[in-house]
Amino acid sequence: MIDWARIHKKGLFIEPAQAYIDPPFASSCALITHGHADHARAGHKHVIATTQTLDIMALRYGADFAEHKTALDYGQSVQVRDVMVTMAPSGHVLGSAQIILDYQGKRLVAAGDYKRKADPTCAPFEVVQCDVFVTEATFGLPVFRHPDPHQEIEKLLSVHRLFPERTMLVGAYALGKAQRIITLLREAGYNQPVYLHGAMQKLSLLYEKWGVSLGNWQAATADISLAGKIVIAPPSAFGTSWMRRLHDPLICFASGWMQVRQRAKQRGVELPLILSDHADWDDLLATIEQVAPKQVWVTHGREDALIHACEMRGISAKALSLIGYDESEQ
Amino acid sequence: MNNFAQLLESLIFSPRRSVKQAHLVSWIAETTFPDKGWGLAALIGDLTFPAVKAGVIRELAAETSDKYLFELSYDFVGDLAETVALLWPAHAVCKEASQTSQIPALNQIVERLISVCRADSKSVLAGYLDQMNVSQRWALLKMATGGMRVGLSARMARLAIAEYYHRDIAEIEEIWPLLHPPYAELFGWLEGRAERPSAKGRAVFRPMMLAHPIDETRLDTLECNDWQVEWKWDGARIQLVSAEQGVKLFSRSGDDISASFPELAGPMEWKGVLDGEILAGTPEKIDSFNALQKRLNRKTASVKMQRSNPVFLRFYDIMFCGKSDLRALPLSERRKMLEAQAGQIDHPQYDISALLEAKDGAHLARLRDDCRQSRLIEGLMLKAKDSPYQAGRITGAWYKWKRDPLLADLVMMYAQRGHGKRSSYYSDYSFGAWTETENGVELVPVAKAYSGFTDAELKKLDKFVKDHTTNRFGPVREVEHKLVVEIAFDSIHLSPRHKSGVAMRFPRVHMIRWDKAVEEADQLSEIKKLI
Repeated sequence: MIDWARIHKKGLFIEPAQAYIDPPFASSCALITHGHADHARAGHKHVIATTQTLDIMALRYGADFAEHKTALDYGQSVQVRDVMVTMAPSGHVLGSAQIILDYQGKRLVAAGDYKRKADPTCAPFEVVQCDVFVTEATFGLPVFRHPDPHQEIEKLLSVHRLFPERTMLVGAYALGKAQRIITLLREAGYNQPVYLHGAMQKLSLLYEKWGVSLGNWQAATADISLAGKIVIAPPSAFGTSWMRRLHDPLICFASGWMQVRQRAKQRGVELPLILSDHADWDDLLATIEQVAPKQVWVTHGREDALIHACEMRGISAKALSLIGYDESEQ
Repeated sequence: MNNFAQLLESLIFSPRRSVKQAHLVSWIAETTFPDKGWGLAALIGDLTFPAVKAGVIRELAAETSDKYLFELSYDFVGDLAETVALLWPAHAVCKEASQTSQIPALNQIVERLISVCRADSKSVLAGYLDQMNVSQRWALLKMATGGMRVGLSARMARLAIAEYYHRDIAEIEEIWPLLHPPYAELFGWLEGRAERPSAKGRAVFRPMMLAHPIDETRLDTLECNDWQVEWKWDGARIQLVSAEQGVKLFSRSGDDISASFPELAGPMEWKGVLDGEILAGTPEKIDSFNALQKRLNRKTASVKMQRSNPVFLRFYDIMFCGKSDLRALPLSERRKMLEAQAGQIDHPQYDISALLEAKDGAHLARLRDDCRQSRLIEGLMLKAKDSPYQAGRITGAWYKWKRDPLLADLVMMYAQRGHGKRSSYYSDYSFGAWTETENGVELVPVAKAYSGFTDAELKKLDKFVKDHTTNRFGPVREVEHKLVVEIAFDSIHLSPRHKSGVAMRFPRVHMIRWDKAVEEADQLSEIKKLI
């Protein structure tokens, strides 16, 4: 099929480009799909990514995070040695891209992390037909069918109305999920200020710079009473002294993993919000059908089930067994 | 059904009892009979559907989903009902958002599932699942498989009923054993349609009176003449009920354990209700609690078992004599009655708990010291002679004064986060004792404890765990073997299920020995001598 892309040193190596896709180690040339820290690591010499992703990396690692940077808009291409590299939106977070690689008449699309549900904070996934489709399988089990995000936000608001004096503390990843929750709240007509933990303020400013309007949000600092407010904080803030300052918080968590009740319960979540930036089972299968590849490669997640489902549909599939990508919550 | 599903969702994610109860009360308020009766029965495990078994649900799953995908899913989710609820194909008629007025009411579903035959059960369930959203499917399947695991006890359900109908919980506890789902008699009475249900002629459990641990500072001023003093026997508290319709033996919590002890619940001429203890052995030669456990854990007892592991009853109190309710009488009167009835009670294996004489607090203390010698006595019981028999723990009425606990110096090995308020602290610990193995001297876990320390000590223990973690297994942290803790426990028994071969009863932290070297902690062989 395609023999010029393979796993090398735990990264997907594109031989004729002499470049890795989202390498989990410092490399001389890295093609980065999106800005989450497990995909966009520090220390690469040359980084090729979308302008927004480069912005996010600069925010996280400092402006001089790489010696060379190649910024691409969606649809724009660049020649990397013998390979034509093109970016297409993947609908995961701001700036997230599928990386399209054309070499000797064959096309490989590395989708990175992606979702198909509508999300006003990023460009929607674009179907790109190819020979080899490299997909994630974070939610690659038929039990994962993400509900309508508006319904989940309505759940949050109705509980908020039920306990108007309590702080609604929403656990969410700082890049993407937090901003998506704010825009969903605004779409649902919630116009009160939303309070953000320090870890997500700079990223939210960046989203605004790229034209995503978040309405009135403020820093959740110690001197403000947060009773009766909606506060968004990253999972890493849970159980810290910052959280202990909150009076009687109602713990919400926004993640695709919240679909499994016992898992949500084990984490001490009082209000699980099934809100994911990944494709669910139905969307994974629908995407593979639309992309119509000759072969599917599965990077990370629950690859056994997805490969089995592909084979049942007569599509050849294999696991790349890439480790090092954050399995927890995004 | 939809409201019930929402209630279950609220209950499973409510960490606090008070919040769970508030959810339950508001559900009771907005639900009509018989739905509320069936729902409560499902919640507290009082419902069974003879023809609907887990196997039926597995078969359903196998038909709707690829077998391999089902197995992978079940392995990930870890709960059959939830796996099937999530896997079930969503039908166009029921998108998650559209609220489904057409799904049948809870009572229709329950009544259908109770009467359905095995052959039809699959298609009936499938028919319901097709009409439901994920949350409703989950509720239906949890209900069908039994075991809701939403953290709600029967007691909490009764408290919620009492709260909503403004009734004293004791009034509801009293008649609860008479009731069967959907509790028509109960709601008929609570909603003013009928008389309060009555126990006449039926062998039903009456809520039992319990004791508080004594505050030892009280002992100096204790007027011994006002108190009835007895040994606290180390058995299992029971209630024997003999009524027109039969004889039954109940555990302290009201479970019918007659079948486990057929020789103690045979037909009797005498009628009434007695409070007592079940003990291993015979009145002449009592055996240990460990021997009793061999009987307690069985649903039935063969004649051979009855002969090899004999048991008997030791009565403490009398609640009913014939049809007359003695519970309002003072204990001194009830005791006289119990002694007077002893000749008439035609139970095959019983005696009456002896009274002890004590002149003053110092005398009591000597009695208590005496029982340390015996493994059969847990301490002393002190009951106010003027106390009526009331349900639950009544302040100032009955006290237990346990013998001093046994102690062992153990080494902390593992720690886990606590629950609720303690969820950000490592508050649940495992402790080990030294033992000789092929690899030399090693620690083997002998006790788990999560109480007995102050809040200030908890913070120090938490810091110790965080600073000395050597390994993590999921939620469990392994800690450096560095800290000795003196553990108090009531007794210790042989237990083949534990690696150490022993199990402690009620271990708790007694003193944190920051000063003590781990090498000086106890040997397992020494601890075993306390058995």
